[in-house]
Amino acid sequence: MTIQNSLRSQPDASGHFGSFGGRYVAETLMPLILELEKVYKDARQDPAFEAEFADLLKHYVGRPSPLYFAERLTEALRAQAPQGKGAKIYLKREELNHTGAHKINNCVGQVLLARRMGKPRVIAETGAGQHGVATATVAARFGLQCTIFMGAKDVARQQPNVFRMKLLGAEVIPVMSGAQTLKDAMNEALRHWVANVHDTFYIIGTAAGPHPYPELVRDFQSVIGKETREQIMEAEGRLPDMLIAPVGGGSNAIGLFHPFLDDADVAMIGVEAAGEGLDGKHAASLTGGSSGVLHGNRTYLLQDEDGQITEAHSISAGLDYPGIGPEHSWLHEIGRVKYMPVTDGEALSAFQRLSALEGIIPALESAHAIAATEQVAPTLDTNKLLVVNLSGRGDKDIFTVAQALGVEI
Amino acid sequence: MSARFAACKAQGRAALVTFVTAGDPTAADTGAILDALVAGGADVIELGMPFTDPMADGPAIELANLRSLGSGTKTKDIFAIATAFRARHPDVPVVLMGYANPMLVRGPDWFADQCKASGVDGVICVDVPPEEDAEIGPALRAAGVHLIRLATPTTDAARLPAVLDGASGFLYYVSVAGVTGKQQAAQAAVEQAVARLKAATDLPVSVGFGVRTPEQAAAIGRVADGVVVGSAIVDIIGSHGDAAAPFVQEFVAALRGALTAKSRETAA
Repeated sequence: MTIQNSLRSQPDASGHFGSFGGRYVAETLMPLILELEKVYKDARQDPAFEAEFADLLKHYVGRPSPLYFAERLTEALRAQAPQGKGAKIYLKREELNHTGAHKINNCVGQVLLARRMGKPRVIAETGAGQHGVATATVAARFGLQCTIFMGAKDVARQQPNVFRMKLLGAEVIPVMSGAQTLKDAMNEALRHWVANVHDTFYIIGTAAGPHPYPELVRDFQSVIGKETREQIMEAEGRLPDMLIAPVGGGSNAIGLFHPFLDDADVAMIGVEAAGEGLDGKHAASLTGGSSGVLHGNRTYLLQDEDGQITEAHSISAGLDYPGIGPEHSWLHEIGRVKYMPVTDGEALSAFQRLSALEGIIPALESAHAIAATEQVAPTLDTNKLLVVNLSGRGDKDIFTVAQALGVEI
Repeated sequence: MSARFAACKAQGRAALVTFVTAGDPTAADTGAILDALVAGGADVIELGMPFTDPMADGPAIELANLRSLGSGTKTKDIFAIATAFRARHPDVPVVLMGYANPMLVRGPDWFADQCKASGVDGVICVDVPPEEDAEIGPALRAAGVHLIRLATPTTDAARLPAVLDGASGFLYYVSVAGVTGKQQAAQAAVEQAVARLKAATDLPVSVGFGVRTPEQAAAIGRVADGVVVGSAIVDIIGSHGDAAAPFVQEFVAALRGALTAKSRETAA
């Protein structure tokens, strides 16, 4: 196979995935973005960088994360499927990582780049607080100053994570503008960055933003797919038939998918948050949005006919964003990955089901992927292998879930 | 546009470039506010296109964006404001300033055609750097609308040619690395930067971001071809709402007076 025919050779030299991606930033940031691109290229060629990244993933993050055969979930779905149907389900256990989600993989990679660029402080945006906690964690580990921007509404509904970030030595700035959620936190982080470019590295939390962020976040998260490849070969002696992952910005999904993109027999499903349903408030940018420019990249967005961004909604704070990483927009457009919407209600019921069947409380983000699995696995033959990315654990969500279920705690 | 900068130069002063957000507080109020800018002595009008996510703007202009959108301003209203202004003031250049998504959502050709049809002279798109010029530059140039580029303190000598390639109208020097209306640049740094830019281009150089008072405007006017004032005017609109026009006019007259006084000093 030549590299031109590979689906894994994106983005192009100017940071585009087909018509998506690119570098839509204010001139003040352009020189820094170009420098980051150069630093990242050099780092990738440097065996010492790769070795340090791998060492931290192993000893600090706790990788590799297990690939676990979810026997009871598999059996339960077979029981409701027609005869001979019900795929064998494996869970990629990213929730067992240090700090409880896939987010840390990317943060370890980016903090090494920050250090390489000689920046003494890092900033990040966060929604549910998972990326904020992961950023504060690596900042503590490397002795860097850390400031986290978080929508005031998210600060109120994610108090445990706010406290965690503060324990880790980070300053948490509540963002009062807009709907006071993830999108507004990202606006404020960009405003802060533009005024502090000389000493500040922005650790973007997902595979989105201006080039080279979508590429480098994907590369750091690809450890998920690379491990899955080896682990499924060891367990089953062959590649999986299907991969399923939740998609907000889409970093855990692209991390799982990317190493398999050229394996035509591996189907892939990205699961978007359909919130109250596609007719109501939702966060399904691919299913319910259109191409536009926001936060440094061209990608699918929720927007009105004038290009004003509309508010997203999901019960999962981590999916509550009106855009998606540009590589997903491209994979959607070329049809390599299918994207399916899952509602708040479906995710809630999957959250409870996985907890009861497997003794694993998933993050609400990951519960969206479990809900999709409940729909898809019973349509596949029993000899099919399905890998679901369990991107994070649900401890942070128990208050939200209790409230949705009308339980007082 | 170039005629206006040349006329100011002939008077021995910098052009006064004033910014307001279209539709702030409502689309119906903007006409009177624009007239107040002209009556106060503004030479070039920057008309901000409101956007839900103005990530290069400080609190003053961010709030103006939200006031405008909150009162229901649509893109068609902005072009109607520009068209009406052009009819009342045939010779005052108008520049649309804003973010890529509202400009590109119907395609660059649609946007460029609307600009041309409503008498808009130039466009500043904050989040389309030269690297993404293909998104909007060719369409504007084909329609004869200036694409005004931004240079910043981080635009070094190696990068400046890329910024100037395809730039027209004037060059907008963003005097601080930051958002609009917050901190102000040291005068010496502005002077040095303007000298560097003027050595590299024949375009007029206008300086903005953080210029709030007549004194600052006069100081920058001594070295630059144009002085851009935005947040300070937008703050007045924020305070006075639909009764802002006379206050805006008074403030703009003070800015213009400071620039004109400077030209008398120089002549004397």
